[in-house]
Order: sequence, then C-alpha cells, then structure tokens
Amino acid sequence: MGYRAKFEVWRGDSSGEGALQPFDVDVEEGEVVLDIVHRLQATQAGDLAVRWNCKAGKCGSCSAEVNGRPRLMCMTRMSTFEENETITITPLRTFPVIRDLVTDVDFNYVKAREVPSFAPPEGVAPGEYRMSQVDVDRPQEFRKCIECYLCQNTCHVVRDHEDNKPEFAGPRYLMRIAELDMHPLDVRNRKEDAQEEHGLGYCNITKCCTEVCPEHIKITDNALIPMKERVVDRKYDPLVWLGKKIFKREELEQREATGQRSLDDAGPENGSPLPADSIGPVGS
Amino acid sequence: MADTSTPDVVHHTYDVLVIGAGGAGLRAAIEARMRGKRVAILSKSLFGKAHTVMAEGGIAASMGNANPRDNWEVHYRDTMRGGKFLNNWRMAELHAKEAPQRVWELETYGALFDRTPEGKISQRNFGGHQFPRLAHVGDRTGLELIRTLQQKIVSLQQEDHARTGDYESDLKVFHEFTVTELFKEGDRIAGAFGYRRPTGEYLCFHAPAVVLATGGIGKSFKVTSNSWEYTGDGHALALRAGARLINMEFVQFHPTGMVWPPSVKGILVTESVRGDGGVLKNSEGERFMFRYIPDVFREQYATSEDEGDRWYDDADNNRRPPELLPRDEVARAINNEVKEGRGSPAGGVYLDIASRRTTEFIRKRLPSMYHQFKELADVDITTEPMEVGPTCHYVMGGVEVDPDTASTVVPGLFAAGEVAGGMHGSNRLGGNSLSDLLVFGCRAGAGAADYLDGLAGVPAVTDEAVDAALAESEKPFSVRGEENAYTLHQELQQTMNDLVGIIRRADEMEMALKRLAELRDRIPRVGVTGGRAYNPGWHLAMDLRNMLVVSQCIAMAALERQESRGGHTRDDYPAMDENWRRELLNCSLVEGPEGPQVELAHQPQPAMRSDLFDLFELDELKKYYTGDELGGHRADQGV
Repeated sequence: MGYRAKFEVWRGDSSGEGALQPFDVDVEEGEVVLDIVHRLQATQAGDLAVRWNCKAGKCGSCSAEVNGRPRLMCMTRMSTFEENETITITPLRTFPVIRDLVTDVDFNYVKAREVPSFAPPEGVAPGEYRMSQVDVDRPQEFRKCIECYLCQNTCHVVRDHEDNKPEFAGPRYLMRIAELDMHPLDVRNRKEDAQEEHGLGYCNITKCCTEVCPEHIKITDNALIPMKERVVDRKYDPLVWLGKKIFKREELEQREATGQRSLDDAGPENGSPLPADSIGPVGS
Repeated sequence: MADTSTPDVVHHTYDVLVIGAGGAGLRAAIEARMRGKRVAILSKSLFGKAHTVMAEGGIAASMGNANPRDNWEVHYRDTMRGGKFLNNWRMAELHAKEAPQRVWELETYGALFDRTPEGKISQRNFGGHQFPRLAHVGDRTGLELIRTLQQKIVSLQQEDHARTGDYESDLKVFHEFTVTELFKEGDRIAGAFGYRRPTGEYLCFHAPAVVLATGGIGKSFKVTSNSWEYTGDGHALALRAGARLINMEFVQFHPTGMVWPPSVKGILVTESVRGDGGVLKNSEGERFMFRYIPDVFREQYATSEDEGDRWYDDADNNRRPPELLPRDEVARAINNEVKEGRGSPAGGVYLDIASRRTTEFIRKRLPSMYHQFKELADVDITTEPMEVGPTCHYVMGGVEVDPDTASTVVPGLFAAGEVAGGMHGSNRLGGNSLSDLLVFGCRAGAGAADYLDGLAGVPAVTDEAVDAALAESEKPFSVRGEENAYTLHQELQQTMNDLVGIIRRADEMEMALKRLAELRDRIPRVGVTGGRAYNPGWHLAMDLRNMLVVSQCIAMAALERQESRGGHTRDDYPAMDENWRRELLNCSLVEGPEGPQVELAHQPQPAMRSDLFDLFELDELKKYYTGDELGGHRADQGV
C-alpha cells in the first residue's frame, strides 16, 4: 500500500539562512512522519538534521511543525494526510535554528533553573514522607510532562514576541511552579514567585498550550488558572470565590464517579508541618 | 592547566566526568558533587531525554509497604533466582540492601510516587518478585525517576549559584555531547575527548575520574525496545581503555514487541494482554502455543483451549493457558513459527484479544495498550489483532566492576547501570533495573570521589593523544563515499537479529562473526556528506564502530557458552549445565596484526559468601550447583 509522497523540509543553519527543500519519497503503510525523515536521511540526505530518541512518544525530542502545526513527529501518522498532499516540515518557530529541523532549546533549561527547587520539610527523614493519593493526584498530572516544549513553542507570549522571553517562563515552567505549589510537602510559598518572577501575568489563558500537549495535560485549566487564583487569593475576590465553589462541586461529583475519597475527608496524616489550608488543593 | 596547543580543540578541566545522563549517570553526578567534586555530565542527548524515561513498571525496593514480610533477603533471593545464580552475589546483596534508601531519598528530591492508603509509597507485583515490591508512578516510573534526578541536579546548581554566582561552577551538563575516546596516562584515566553535536566542535576534558553510565546496546539489533542512544558507547570505550566486559552473551528478549507497522517495531506490548485473555495465533489461525509446552511444565499448563479459557475465571480448578509460559519459552515458540513460515506478513505472530474480550473490558483493563496501538499504529486492538514478535530489551552483560566502588580494572574508570555487568546474572527481573541505576550510580559517584581523595598527582593528557582522537573523528570526512553508514547499520542489525538473536546455533553465530568481520573492513570506508554541525550521517559513522565491537563480543561469548541459561538460548545446547554456572566469559581488546581484536577468556565465578548461601534451601541450590559446591551449606554442617 506504499505510495510516493511529496515533502518539503526546511534546510538551513544557525545563520538563519535556509529554504524548503522538496523531496519525493516512498511512504509505507503505517508510518509516521519521523519514519519518512529517517528514510530521507538513509536514501537522499544523509546529513539531514533531526533530533529524536525513543520514537515512542515518551521522550519529547522530535518536536517540529508539520504543516504549521507543532507536533511530535513520532506521533504524527502519515495516514492523517491525503496521499497527494505536500507535507511541509519546519523547525519549531520560537527557538533559534541549529540546523534543519533541530532548534536550540536551551531557553527552556535556563527557565527551569530559575524556578526554585522543591523545598523539603525540615525534620522529616527519608522514608517518613507521608502523602495521600488524593493530594498527589494533581501535581502528578503535571509530572506527566515529557518536556517536548511544544507548549513553550506555541505560546504566543514568546512565539511572536522575542522581547518577552526574559520575563516569561512559559507554560511548562509556570506549570512546574504550580506543581511545586500543589506538592503536599513543599514548604516554599510560590505564589508571588509565579506572578513577579516568572511572568504568570502575561498568560491570558488562550489554552494554546493545552491544545498542543501530546500528554493531554490540562495546562491552562489545572495549572495556570488555579495558580492565578492562588495569587489573588489573599484578597477577597467574588469571582474567584464563585469559581472555586463550582470547581469543588464538579470535583466532588467526579470523585464519586471514580470512587475516590471526597475532598472533605481529612485523609491520613501526611506528615506535613504545614497547616492544612496551605497544603490542600485549591478549594479545600 | 588545560593544554591549548591543539587549536581546533577546546579544553576543560574537571574532577569527575560522568558519561551518560540516565538514572545511573545523574545519581553518580549528584553523589560526586555532594562529596565536593567538580563534575561534568556528558550527555549524548538533551538533558532529561535519557532512555530511563522508557521504563514503565517501577523500581524494585523491599520497603515492605505493601507486605511487611518483605525485606532485603527476600529481594536478594528473587534476584539470584531470576539471574539463574550467575549474578555477582555481592552486587545483588548491595542492591537488595540499599534500594529502599535510594528510593526514599528520591522523595526528598521531590518525587511523587503513587501512595498506599496509609500515605506511604505504593508497591506493585511484578514477575519474579515474591511480594509487591515496585515503587511506581502509574506506568511512567522511569520518567518520574529521570525528572526527579534532573531537578535535583538543578537544585544543586542553584546552591552553587548562591555561593559562586555561577550555576555551572561545580556541576555542568554538556548535553548533546558525544564522547569518542578516553585518555590515559600510563594505566590511569586522564580525561576524555568528544564533539558537541550542535556545532561539531571538539572538546577535550582533563579529568582523573570517569564514570561510564551509557546504558545498553539494543541498537545493534533490528528489533529493539531501545532508543537511539543505545549504541554500546560505554561498553566500547571501556574495552578501548583496557577494561573487560563480562556476561555479554546474555541479552534479554521480550517475547511481545510490536512488529507492525514499521514505525513502532520493537515497542513493548505488556504481558498483561495475555494475562487478561489475549492469545497468540499464527498465520493459519492456529493457537500454536499448545504445541510448545516443554515437559518440565506439562503439569502446570492446560492442554486444551477449553481448559485454558476456563483458567481465567477459575484458576483453582484449571491449568494456565500456555500463552503464559515463561518469557523465553514464548519467545522461542514465536520465533519457530516465523521460521517455519507461519508468521504474519511483518515477521511476527498475531496477539488477539479483540475476538476474546469485549471492547469495554479491553479499554478498561489495557488503556495504555489501547492508546499505544491507536496512536502509533492506527490499530484498534478492540477490533483487530496485534502483530507481535520478540524484541531486544536489555543487556545483562557489561563492564566488569568492583561491586562496592563500581571501579573497573582501569584506575579512575568506573561504570554503573546497564553498561556495567554482573548484577543481573543471566537474566534481569523487571523493576531491578531502575533500582540498579540508583544503587550503583550512587556507589560509582562515591567511588570516584574516594579515588580522587587518594590520588597522588593528576594524570596528564598528551598532545599526541588529543591529535590522534581528533584525526580519528575527522576520518569519515576524508573518505569519499564508498559506503553508506545507514546501509551498514541496517546490515549489522539484520545480522545480529537473524543470527545472534533469541535462539542461537553454532553455525549461525559463526556466520554472524564472519559477516561482522566483513563489516569491520567496510566501516572505515564510510564517507559522509555535509559539515560537522548536527550531522547525523557523521554521528552514525562514529557510532558504528562501537556497535560493531559490542556485537562481536556478544557473538563470540554466545558461541562459546554451550548451554542455555536466562537470556542465552542455544538450540544446539538446550539444557542448563551446572558446570557452566561457575564459568564467566570476559571480553577484552588486544592488539593484533590487523589492529585491536576482541579476545575471549574464561574466568571463575567467585563462590557465594556462606551467610548468603545459607539464605537458600539446599534443595533449590541443587538445581543450579554441582555437588562439590554444596558442602558449605548450613544443612550439611551437622547441626
């Protein structure tokens, strides 16, 4: 069931010079875009640069833009395209090109380093950490992140505005702050961090990050919006109050459906030295 | 001081180089840094992308959270049984004793494991483990491990920044950096050489201690669950530096990897598919496993489809279906069906759960498998069978190390994780890999720090050595395109897959060695196009020589070991032989008339310490040991 497909692949280098190079290439049944790139390497362009590791959607290395959409190439099946369609692959637009489809993603490592690390509770020995599943569920969702940087690439705050990069950590690292804030045993107050040091205020919740996440993490709804709520939580805000009520009711219904414990249950002692209101999830 | 006489090379000086940024490498770097050493991590991929992220099941550690009867002694026994008593017993002992501490400390780095109702770390059942023992995070435990260690590295860099004003003053990650050569002065390690992938720039590191943590060798096989990095770099670097590899004949093949479509060839299909009712069929629609029940298992396995099917609902009054035979038996059967012409079009067999369970059942019990096939293969496993076949999964063999310090015979060279050999004997238990990374990664970091504390004078890297390493890396650019690196890689993978794969025979392995020798002549003729910056053709040309030498080690050791044990199955020697349990095979590189050649040698397996020996019952030991080895057991000492 193989056919000959038309591809256009961006070739260029760190000078910024480059152009789309056309290729005619065989496609076999069941292949993904990364297979085609590998075939190009093996048969037509031995030096075509592409970054990849696991080819199983687990490492987040092969991010690129396929027909303008930020995607993992290993998770983009050829069967999602028409056989007569020209498929265009370009590097992530938000980051500087190293060569061909490979971009310099060090921006993300710099941002990662600016987020203060997990602050463990004092006086709790290794092996003595106690946390209930209901409390780790929410930060665990964010730890599914494979750091493909598709959210960082697609977020318009930095995609279209290079000058915002110094002030804005991007969805992945704002989510990291939310994750630490929701960690049942983290002792650092991170609310001001997010707003003042990492640019949470730039986010206007357009949910572009959530749409491109290959792990289907609800970045906006579950990390960024709750973080914004927590920042304003110190003052009375009727809208936030109402939002939390609604959120709590929905969550309770969902928990009943899945057999999880209610948020109102005290749950087992989790060993945290912090008062309950600073370790529970939003709404508790 | 760094030597700058070679203009094309940038020089750096560190105390410890850690090559590899998976679980073992990061844990080693953390340990060395916390012991006051300046550390560079040299990572072939981006920081945080290591193969460790592929691990799903969990980390084996006898914390006793799920069953308080679990302890290190039970874990030790399970590990030795899994490895058919070929394991380095001291490594297995240290591993079983220290794994809980290594897991608990991850929580102090910020890890979030799944919890028990009491709020402790949850532990799950796994093959070969007597009690629920695997700390886990759903089916993405490896990702949690790598991210936790990555974030601990960042946390240490933040401490350094607070003190020195520089995040990278004491601990720096050079990612997308490939090491091509190790340097020595006399016998001792002096540094390493390599290139930055993005720029092609050459770097020389001056450092008296090097920790190899490069993982495995799976990319030498056509069908593998391993990722791009697994080209045996550390194995080859160790050989070239004068260290020895042991147990290289033991390669773990998982019976069910995906084989179709090509894009996903080798990716694991969990055993739970069969546990939940999936059956294996050949191209004639026959449930062939009933023809493959070996005599030793005849009592425990169903002989009719009806009985096998009843077992799922009534395990007490029926025998298990033969699809649930041990992995090596199933892999052997699949292999034989394909060889005899009853395979699927893509060279596997069919794993069918669609015709046996409802859509609702499959989606509820096997959500990740449903997702995996749907997203990667466009196969709906609720309506179509899967195509599966054995996939190269893990190498038990590796660099021979001292169990306590992870040091090799080369002073200053250490190894930990999959690249090290001995811990798992002839076969690794699931879950024992992630714990291995942590326990021996930590020990390697400590071993390197201790070595430096006792070191008199820092070995120097010579200009000649740097020039030679540079020339070697430059070679593919001066060759004019006779051979294609991608083509040679495919031939190497095909050779290993077909001739030194799951089932082995002397004549096939001799043929493999012949083909490998031919490849050895052709690899130096690989030419590349383009420049040095991010040039995958060039990178593959350099990786090929590592894959070749590792493949030679595997084939030579496999040809020599005339028995079947764990991850080494001989068609011509199908039985386990207790005399071979005492024999280890090692590989080293010796200078020959035509350049360095792999040399194979026998070495004795050290006898187990008596208190560890006594942890087993004599009847069990009799299955593995020769009579004259059993004399020291407690049962023999006339109580």
